[in-house]
Amino acid sequence: MLAPGTQAPEFELHSTPDQKLKLNDLRGKKIVLAFYPADWSPVCSDQMALYNEMHKMFSKHNAQVIGVSVDSKWCHLAFSGDRKFHFPLLADFEPKGAISKLYDVYDEKEGESQRALYVIDENGIIRWSYLSPKGMNPGADGILNALEELDKSK
Amino acid sequence: MSQLHPAVNSKDYIQGNHSASLELVEYGDYQCPYCGRAYPIIKKIQQKLGDDLKFVFRNFPLSDMHPDAFNAAIAAEAAAMQNKFWEMHDIIFENQQELDGESLFVYADSIGLDVERFKKDIQNDALVAKVEQDFESGVRSGVNGTPSFYINGEKYNGDWEEHAFTEYLKSQLEVIK
Repeated sequence: MLAPGTQAPEFELHSTPDQKLKLNDLRGKKIVLAFYPADWSPVCSDQMALYNEMHKMFSKHNAQVIGVSVDSKWCHLAFSGDRKFHFPLLADFEPKGAISKLYDVYDEKEGESQRALYVIDENGIIRWSYLSPKGMNPGADGILNALEELDKSK
Repeated sequence: MSQLHPAVNSKDYIQGNHSASLELVEYGDYQCPYCGRAYPIIKKIQQKLGDDLKFVFRNFPLSDMHPDAFNAAIAAEAAAMQNKFWEMHDIIFENQQELDGESLFVYADSIGLDVERFKKDIQNDALVAKVEQDFESGVRSGVNGTPSFYINGEKYNGDWEEHAFTEYLKSQLEVIK
């Protein structure tokens, strides 16, 4: 994974069928970038549902959570609608997994993103990262600690 | 391994022997079907382990997925104000399919609450704060789905079906004793 202290690589991906999101658009906010293997799978659903419920806690830290997988924008639209997510899911779809590769969290064998977390600060610098063991939902305690550390160090 | 944070304290609802050597904490969502399945399992484990086990329930409502979960948690907290937390906890899990407002009043009545007082108490913002604090403590403790269990402060990621869970708890008891 990319080391803390490095500039988070820029990207632009579909967040809805007719909208794209650039990392740079979110400058000034902390970003929780959550790569995950697949929409609809049980572990990913639980993990994303947890982040969804945490919107109050994230906004307290001026943080925005973003999910990224290789699923298409239409698949994300259906998944997000079904689970009532309030945060964007980005489609790392074409070229497949390009952004996951850029962040060094692509599983070549499965053709999916790994389950991996990055916390990026207001200036676009990676401050914390975590690669989850296969099939394990990492929860959010690590993210919360990282966000708190960032607020403390100001 | 994730640790329970904060530790069990005076704000918690504790069932069983307060000085038991085994402390089991559940983070649960009243509308979650897995928590519903865990409910009778915990009851049986409590029977089997008797005075060796204390049990604590903390709220972890996933409101976007389960629209009635938060209100059910508030109802249990309001019942606690009349010292009937566990009665409400139980009747909710025994009737998990019907957790709309009307049903919660019926349950309040059937466990012997003063329903007028209950209706007032559920409007109390302090209860909302309590449920949100539980949720936050769960996130901090590494809850990654419901139910999540902690045994003597440490997250338990193993099987919670009756046999496996009981055996694991017994083995922990051996270690402690």
